[in-house]
Amino acid sequence: MQRESAIREPLILGHKTYKDITDDVVGPITGPAHIGWKILITISSIIALYGVGCILYLLGTGIGVWGLNKTVGWAWDITNFVWWVGIGHAGTLISAVLLLFRQKWRMAINRSAEAMTIFAVIMAAVFPGIHMGRIWVSYWVLPLPNQFGSLWVNFNSPLLWDVFAISTYFSVSLVFWYIGLIPDFATIRDRVVKPLPKKIYSILSFGWSGRAKHWTRFEEVSLVLAGIATPLVFSVHSIVSMDFATSVIPGWHTTIFPPYFVSGAVFSGFAMVQTLMLIMRKAYKLEAYIHVKHVEYMNIVIIVTGSIVGVAYLTELFISWYSGVEYESYAFINRFSGPYSVAYWTMMTCNVISPQLFWFKKIRRSLIATFILSIVVNIGMWFERYVIIVTSLHRDYLPSSWGEFYPTAIDIGIFIGTIGIFSTLFLMFTRFFPVLALNELKTILKSSGESYKNQLDK
Amino acid sequence: MNKVFHVMYDDDDKLMEAARELVGKGVHVNEVYSPFPIHGIDPIIGVKRTRLAIASFMYAMTGMSLAILGMWYFMISDWPMNIGGKPSFSLFENIPSFIPVTFEFSVLCGAHGMAITYLLRNGTLPGMPASNPDPRTTDDKFVMEITTSTNSLNAKKLEAAIKKTALLELSIKDVK
Repeated sequence: MQRESAIREPLILGHKTYKDITDDVVGPITGPAHIGWKILITISSIIALYGVGCILYLLGTGIGVWGLNKTVGWAWDITNFVWWVGIGHAGTLISAVLLLFRQKWRMAINRSAEAMTIFAVIMAAVFPGIHMGRIWVSYWVLPLPNQFGSLWVNFNSPLLWDVFAISTYFSVSLVFWYIGLIPDFATIRDRVVKPLPKKIYSILSFGWSGRAKHWTRFEEVSLVLAGIATPLVFSVHSIVSMDFATSVIPGWHTTIFPPYFVSGAVFSGFAMVQTLMLIMRKAYKLEAYIHVKHVEYMNIVIIVTGSIVGVAYLTELFISWYSGVEYESYAFINRFSGPYSVAYWTMMTCNVISPQLFWFKKIRRSLIATFILSIVVNIGMWFERYVIIVTSLHRDYLPSSWGEFYPTAIDIGIFIGTIGIFSTLFLMFTRFFPVLALNELKTILKSSGESYKNQLDK
Repeated sequence: MNKVFHVMYDDDDKLMEAARELVGKGVHVNEVYSPFPIHGIDPIIGVKRTRLAIASFMYAMTGMSLAILGMWYFMISDWPMNIGGKPSFSLFENIPSFIPVTFEFSVLCGAHGMAITYLLRNGTLPGMPASNPDPRTTDDKFVMEITTSTNSLNAKKLEAAIKKTALLELSIKDVK
């Protein structure tokens, strides 16, 4: 049996048994829905429907309903895309990278963080799709034989790399998540009594029986998937950053972008995980499994990635001056003093200063402070993408074509709508899916559970 | 008439101890059903290491070859284009910009190929019936399955050996 140092804080508080873990997670699924859940899902579905309405209006009318113009041809659409993809990265980081590093605290949060990844990537994929305007020809991004030549897609373009990166990322994350879910669905299947849920969970659990050989394979598959998902998650956001970095627009054309975007993604993703987990642990009474220590660990990741992002901002600023390229310097002077300076300073405050507060142990271990700061970070990260995209585009080489971007109601509606769709999906997940990885948590109960650790000391 | 013993334990360490004891007496343990992976049980009951990782590597290599072959055909052979003064007339010159898609496609094939192989080898597919002997084995109980057909000991001796372990319940069924 694996042992753990007694001075390490336990990961599972209280005197839990294997049965308690099952009951705590499966109980809310088999029981009736909570009134708070019903209220939240009603609100989020209304917002989601409004978003769907805006999307349908856009598809029927054309992307002229957005505030885009000939100068700023990319604005909220790509901002939202990058923001959502970035949020998704935390889930894969938690489940894959932390698995490779054998971090046991990930087990309390990986299931819901992966769910968040999948829903966030779906939201991200909406934007390039609808940005095409004619979504019915979106299959043109695939290298399919056609009647134009055949004229193939351009494999030299980062936008096409994105198509492959995002679709691979989405499908691999989905498979990773589902393979972990199968044994937990089996647990629910063997506990529900009503015939219809039993039937549904029995289909979802694929007839899992928990044989020794199957568990060996399960662990091998999890490990290998983690191994290949780790470079995948880095490659995805690097490719997203290359959408900008390979262009010749001042402010975009920088080699620092891939690592800067990846750490920014992890930063915003962890902030979103904090926001969701802090609500979820309260609503589903999971305080014994996701407690202050988990929050502290995540806050440490937020300090590290937030500081990398801060260093990247300052490096960019320095290099723009040091390069001696006047277009490059102007792009950055314009960022902090031009018409979008409010966005720039919001980004700086939220992303560079606010995470530094986590150096204080009191703040790092305070749930309320964490909740507030996690929302602040998410706002900051949205503004980061907005600043990078809009301020670089709105004033480039030719002053006669300078312009400004103002979002329309449809811009805002679609963005808010995706938050609604995301919340709806996540709420459905918490209601019907096991929100903690039961089978994984049970493996660490003896090494990291409070009552067992104390037994070892005696 | 062959008999199948389902021995239930309420703790993974108890089951492991019992398995070690029984195997030491020359008993063959057919199967173990548990709610989570019991680390260290595989060598005791003779479960071999899986080769899924090798399969995954081969799927990934297939994906890589297909990606390079495809991009060579689309961009070099079938319709070479001069994009921004960067002509695509040879694979060697173009390979750097093909790396991202090659990598993504290798991962795609490696991950999905392995996942499908895993599900097929396990026989866990949508709509398959569950075969765990007791519904509690997905919750907090651990069951060891021993059959007379795969053991040289007779039913009575097996039962006696099993009853010496720290078991919780024992169910004996006749099978053909």
